[in-house]
Amino acid sequence: MEAFLSNIDRVVDGFSWTVRLTLFSAFFSFILGILLTAMRVSPVPLLRGLSTAYVEGIRNTPLTLVLLFCGLGLNSALGLSLADSVALDVFWWGVIGLSAYTACFVSESLRSGINTIPLGQVEAARSLGLTFTQNLRLIVIPQALRTVVGPLGSVLIALTKNTTVASVAGLGVQEASREMKLMFDQGIAPVLPTFVGFAIGFLILTLPMGYFFGWLSKRVAVVR
Amino acid sequence: MSAQAVLFDVPGPKARLRNALYTVLTVFLALIGLAILYLGFNRTLSDRESPLFSAQTWAVNPAGQWAADKWEPFLRPETWTGYVIPGLQNTLTAALTASVLAILFGLVFGIGRLSERWWIRIPSGAVVEFFRGIPLLMLIFFTMALPIVAWQLFDIPTGTFQVTALVAVVTGLTLYNGSVLAEVFRAGILAVPKGQSEAAQAIGMSRTQTMWTILIPQAVTSMMPAIVAQLVVLLKDSALGYIIAFPELLRSFTLVATRESNVIPAAIICAVIYILINLSLSRIAIWLERRNARRGRPSAKATAAGGAPTAVDGVTGGLPVPTPSGTAAEPIVGDTLTDTRSDEEPRPEAGDDPEPGDGGSGSDSGSGSDGGSST
Repeated sequence: MEAFLSNIDRVVDGFSWTVRLTLFSAFFSFILGILLTAMRVSPVPLLRGLSTAYVEGIRNTPLTLVLLFCGLGLNSALGLSLADSVALDVFWWGVIGLSAYTACFVSESLRSGINTIPLGQVEAARSLGLTFTQNLRLIVIPQALRTVVGPLGSVLIALTKNTTVASVAGLGVQEASREMKLMFDQGIAPVLPTFVGFAIGFLILTLPMGYFFGWLSKRVAVVR
Repeated sequence: MSAQAVLFDVPGPKARLRNALYTVLTVFLALIGLAILYLGFNRTLSDRESPLFSAQTWAVNPAGQWAADKWEPFLRPETWTGYVIPGLQNTLTAALTASVLAILFGLVFGIGRLSERWWIRIPSGAVVEFFRGIPLLMLIFFTMALPIVAWQLFDIPTGTFQVTALVAVVTGLTLYNGSVLAEVFRAGILAVPKGQSEAAQAIGMSRTQTMWTILIPQAVTSMMPAIVAQLVVLLKDSALGYIIAFPELLRSFTLVATRESNVIPAAIICAVIYILINLSLSRIAIWLERRNARRGRPSAKATAAGGAPTAVDGVTGGLPVPTPSGTAAEPIVGDTLTDTRSDEEPRPEAGDDPEPGDGGSGSDSGSGSDGGSST
């Protein structure tokens, strides 16, 4: 364990990339998810169709393929670059891939949240003369968000764990699991303590998140 | 789609005009996006020699990704027999093996968590929470490194046994998805009405008998949709084998892509194959859920497990989008005001438009098929 602890700065560095990937992807996927949900319930058939196609398509594609497409396809083959340094470049591509993927799950959660809103709410809003956008912005989305705090928490936890896939070839973000693999391969610390250490690191990230969102979802629940 | 009319009125002349405007705008934006992708992979986007609006820029560049000879490898049978089909076989082998093992793992630990003996219950809970809480990829890496562990801890020389990539993938998938399934099983068993086990005890059945002859058979039906949905997650996650060079579907497509340098055609075809497989599996889950709904039975959700707010859902997001518990009401999108038994109505959030396949609304059943996803 001492050998592992003497490399603690590498561990912390790995987890700092994990956390950064999580935070940025969570932010972008949340925005994209809301947009997709709004499109999904909008009066314009084309927008509905696009949103459905996107969500169903990306959701059924493995994340590895999505990130590989970002890394090998968009970054390498297309030559699109998002930052000057390689580390930041792959980081931002990782964020894009993870956001594109996670947004589908955010959107699906939100849509199931919209389904829980009693019809009377929407009918009352419409009878007051609110437009579709006002209705969505003032009545539907705020209530839907409150009911899906729990599921959104699960999505965030899944996202945290999914950031490990950003170590895939073509991207290779230096996040925690890649750091762990490197430490395995370089043999600078015994494997078992290293694994346990990194596992504890992930549990430190995910377990409080689960409890926090469980508490929050009870607290903000709409009483009906 | 009369169902959509809950959120907005039937469009009048003005609204129709506005919607048409939005449609045109969307088409325009989508075309710009597609054009950028097309030109980018055609290698003519950054090409400053020819102006944007010239036939030369838009013609298919033989060096770009849209050239016919980049797609041609997928018309040759040897690409399919040599790469794709073996890859698909490996993917399915890994996924099937892991599915069976994960279901067994889930049964053992799901029931273990419900045990009345604390020395079974607590370790089972710890195992489930541990494997659910850490990334699948780490489990796979660790399994690959097991020979090193054996050498470091027990002085077993490296090389006495080896962990193949298949074993590592299957182990990882089993442990992770097994833990998620354990929660599904627990939820399903807990969802069986209490009167059932009380009645079983009243006629003198032991706890084991009650579990195996009363609770599990009833729980299985309600758990089926969640199990199938989790198997979709498992199948998708088997693509992680790519990272440790397990020759599965994604790997074989990248091999083709490297050999023929056709990343984009390979990615597109690979995605289509995955989407087709997963969509058909999802269809089964939805069908099972609707069948349960028709028979008036609830469908269990992994997160409905009561207890701790553990909410760790599929690695890759989990197919069954957990339904916000407690607040059941009529779906706005996709249904009109109908039912009275909304408490038990499973929201088919797993797949297409929420079209409650509730037996009560017979008029809706016709539109159920066309409102679905279009992929």
